[in-house]
Amino acid sequence: MSVDRRHVLMMSLDAAVAALLSSIPAVRASAQEKPKSPDSQPRRGGNLTIALRSEPKTLNPAIASDVSTLNLIYCLGADLIHINRQTQRTEPGLAKSWTASRDGLVYTLELRQGLRFSDGRPCTAADVLFSFQAYLDEKTHSPQRDLLIVGGKPIGVEIVDDSTVRFHLAQSYAAAERLFDGFPVLPRHLLEPSFRAGNFAEAWGISTPPGQLAGMGPFRLKEYVPGQRLVLERNPYYWKQDSAGAPLPYLDGLTFVFVPSEDSQVVQFLSGDTDVLSRFSAGNFQVLERQQAAKGFHVSDLGPGLEYNFLFFNLNSVPPEKSPDLNRRQAWFQDAAFRRAVSLGIDRQAIVRLIYFGRAAPLATTVTPGNKLWTDSAISPASHSPQQARQILQGAGYSWKGDGSLADSRGNPVEFSILTSSSNEQRAKIAALIQDDLRQLGMNVHVVSLDFRATVDRLLNTFDYDAAISGIADGDADPNSEMNIWLSSGGMHLWNLNEDKPATPWEAELDRLMNQQLVTLDFARRKKLFDRVQEIEAQELPVIPLVSPNVLVGARDRVGNFHPAILDPSVLWNVDSLYVR
Amino acid sequence: MTPRRKVWLLVAFLVALHLPVIFAGFFAPYGFAEQNRDWAYAPPSRIHFFDAQHKFHLRPFVYGIAPDPADPANYATNFSEVHPLRFLARGPSYKLFGLLHANVHLFAVDAPARIFLLGSDAYGRDQFSRFVCGGRISLAAGLVAAGFSLLVGTLVGAFAGFYGGWLDDAIMRGGEIFLALPWLYLLFAVRAALPLHVTQWQVFLLLVAVIGLIGWTRPARLIRGVVLSAKERNFVAAARAFGASDLYLLRRHILPQTWGVVLTQMTLLVPQYILAEVTLTFLGLGVGEPMPSWGSLLSSLQQYYVLASYWWMWLPALLLIPIFLAYFWAADALQEHQKAVPL
Repeated sequence: MSVDRRHVLMMSLDAAVAALLSSIPAVRASAQEKPKSPDSQPRRGGNLTIALRSEPKTLNPAIASDVSTLNLIYCLGADLIHINRQTQRTEPGLAKSWTASRDGLVYTLELRQGLRFSDGRPCTAADVLFSFQAYLDEKTHSPQRDLLIVGGKPIGVEIVDDSTVRFHLAQSYAAAERLFDGFPVLPRHLLEPSFRAGNFAEAWGISTPPGQLAGMGPFRLKEYVPGQRLVLERNPYYWKQDSAGAPLPYLDGLTFVFVPSEDSQVVQFLSGDTDVLSRFSAGNFQVLERQQAAKGFHVSDLGPGLEYNFLFFNLNSVPPEKSPDLNRRQAWFQDAAFRRAVSLGIDRQAIVRLIYFGRAAPLATTVTPGNKLWTDSAISPASHSPQQARQILQGAGYSWKGDGSLADSRGNPVEFSILTSSSNEQRAKIAALIQDDLRQLGMNVHVVSLDFRATVDRLLNTFDYDAAISGIADGDADPNSEMNIWLSSGGMHLWNLNEDKPATPWEAELDRLMNQQLVTLDFARRKKLFDRVQEIEAQELPVIPLVSPNVLVGARDRVGNFHPAILDPSVLWNVDSLYVR
Repeated sequence: MTPRRKVWLLVAFLVALHLPVIFAGFFAPYGFAEQNRDWAYAPPSRIHFFDAQHKFHLRPFVYGIAPDPADPANYATNFSEVHPLRFLARGPSYKLFGLLHANVHLFAVDAPARIFLLGSDAYGRDQFSRFVCGGRISLAAGLVAAGFSLLVGTLVGAFAGFYGGWLDDAIMRGGEIFLALPWLYLLFAVRAALPLHVTQWQVFLLLVAVIGLIGWTRPARLIRGVVLSAKERNFVAAARAFGASDLYLLRRHILPQTWGVVLTQMTLLVPQYILAEVTLTFLGLGVGEPMPSWGSLLSSLQQYYVLASYWWMWLPALLLIPIFLAYFWAADALQEHQKAVPL
């Protein structure tokens, strides 16, 4: 399971408490050395080469959904209010200031003066209005559209004057200003014709000539050679300046190359072909760490990010005639005592040590230690106790046969399979460890690795599986980014999709809590609601949280102002102020 | 050396190579699934006769190793800890030929020490034990699949060659279609369509069936060629003139002539099919964890960091080379032998 668009983009965090966040990404430098000379005198000019895992699918921000495309579009566009990935606070983007009405229903945004698109044409309130019309249009099928639906109604947009826009919300919404991150303002003069013609979703395909593109980002497209590279050049009209008043970006350009696998990206970085590296495994981190001094780069471990890996059981209602065997096994899965025993039987420390070489954190809930603000500290860390697990199983009517194998109250042997995608090496390995852990409890577990598509098809469509290991990487620390996981109607409510109504009382309570926190503006009250969500999670274990891998990044020593963050895009978030030493 | 002698020598060598696999439980000091989580990626144990004081020990021994507290990825040798090897020692129980329970192992060291002749993997499992146990699946798959595809190939090739005409055309063109199928994608589709609960036996049969099915066409062509020339021989014509039936001719006069080709093909196909199993398992279509096969032992080499950090993970790949070489030499020797012995 890869990153869901919604999770990449749902960057919301209560503004009222953002001040508390100042301590967040304290870089747990393993070997990272801050450059001796301060970053105060960045040099202008130069190029960086960056590897993308795949070729971008589109240049249209409204329909981009995969990580590679989103990373590229991040460099080409700018949003009204931006979330600083390092401080995790909102900061002015194209809007220099904003005010909210007392009831939280009306937001008035004041645009900066003299904004110009990368083709030199002015950017005004009309472009903002057009952009949101395009994002909200159902024909666009924008993956972010859901985020602009608050209280069941699309956000209303209204032009006050040339540089003032007003947004109307149907309902008060916690951290509303954070909604604007991830919605780059689009040029009306270039895109309106296709929008009027009803084919906006097809506009700005990957082969669009650079002359027909424009954005508000630090860079603009210069050249695209399919299969080889994509070159960006400095946007001379970029609106941002550094603290000394010098125009940004410092770099003349960026070159994206397409390197399909993690290992080849690591090798290219090692050989000096690329300048920054992210999304690589702890095993590769070890290899890089040994060579960093000799080869003029450094790698850093930023500590646990927001990604969490988890095991979950198939609780979907599957008609008995379709799979009587699955129905029989679901009787175990539906029993919270069974899930608790499984959780107690799993040695998370071993996962951290053997698979992540210590560069991960064991989890008791899906809220990771990287999420400093929202973690419920009252929940005790996940423990490993086969003995306790056996007691729980015994109490729930399970027994052991002479050969040590576990049987349920009707004498059926406890045997099930764990499905993982073979595209993720770590999760396949976790499955093999869990298989061995659960064997100690007498459970006969099979590990099945299928290719990514086959796995997703079983998890989301056919429900033909027993248990699976998956991972989700939230785009933001805010509970709002977890809405579609916890709501019983949510699209990522993996263990039981498409529920008409909550299947259990605790899922009904989760629905209530999540909907309530969405409209609660007071942080302390919101926190209390979300704490309760985590308590239910730890108690009922709809998913069994396993570990959260650390965010690992690397850069050549010549890259200046390199301040990676745990939020995506972790190495490119400040691309406008990166420079070459 | 006479060709006949050479063949026997190579066959003896092959048998010797296969013995540890056939008696895997006896040769392996540990169970193939036994995880030693405190010994992940331990390097191969070095066997000593001389200790740190240069004193000779008749009984070989290993030193104790422990993860280096400063750098858990490295192991430090403790020279004061001497663990002698014990031979024919009792250890974890296993089944010989899947039937007889036994617990005697060729060699072992006393716990808490471990002996990893080929190092250990990510879970601290003994690579040597996994190698000999994994050979069971790989060799069996190679042998059974080779036998299967040769059986099919011989029958089909013989019929095509003997009867000729439209039957020959139909069979040979059918074989070409088989060769042209995009098997890999078909296999992925088949695996995705199968139920998740597939037992190791079913996977094994699937592997054998797939490898054998893809493989029958090439031997079939060869056999057909041999049969084509054999059926024109004088003694075949004579037998036919005496009124021998087709079946009798095939059985008595023609098929025996293909015997040499079949044997040579067998020795060529077995290593090829072992490699096919390795490839399929490498791609995730083989037996699942924790059951080892040579393919699954190699699949960890897909990770760059494993290649770069743990050299002993290469050893299974190196060990496969003599096994394959022995098969190919045997094929060579067989061919020479055939030339030496007139028909």
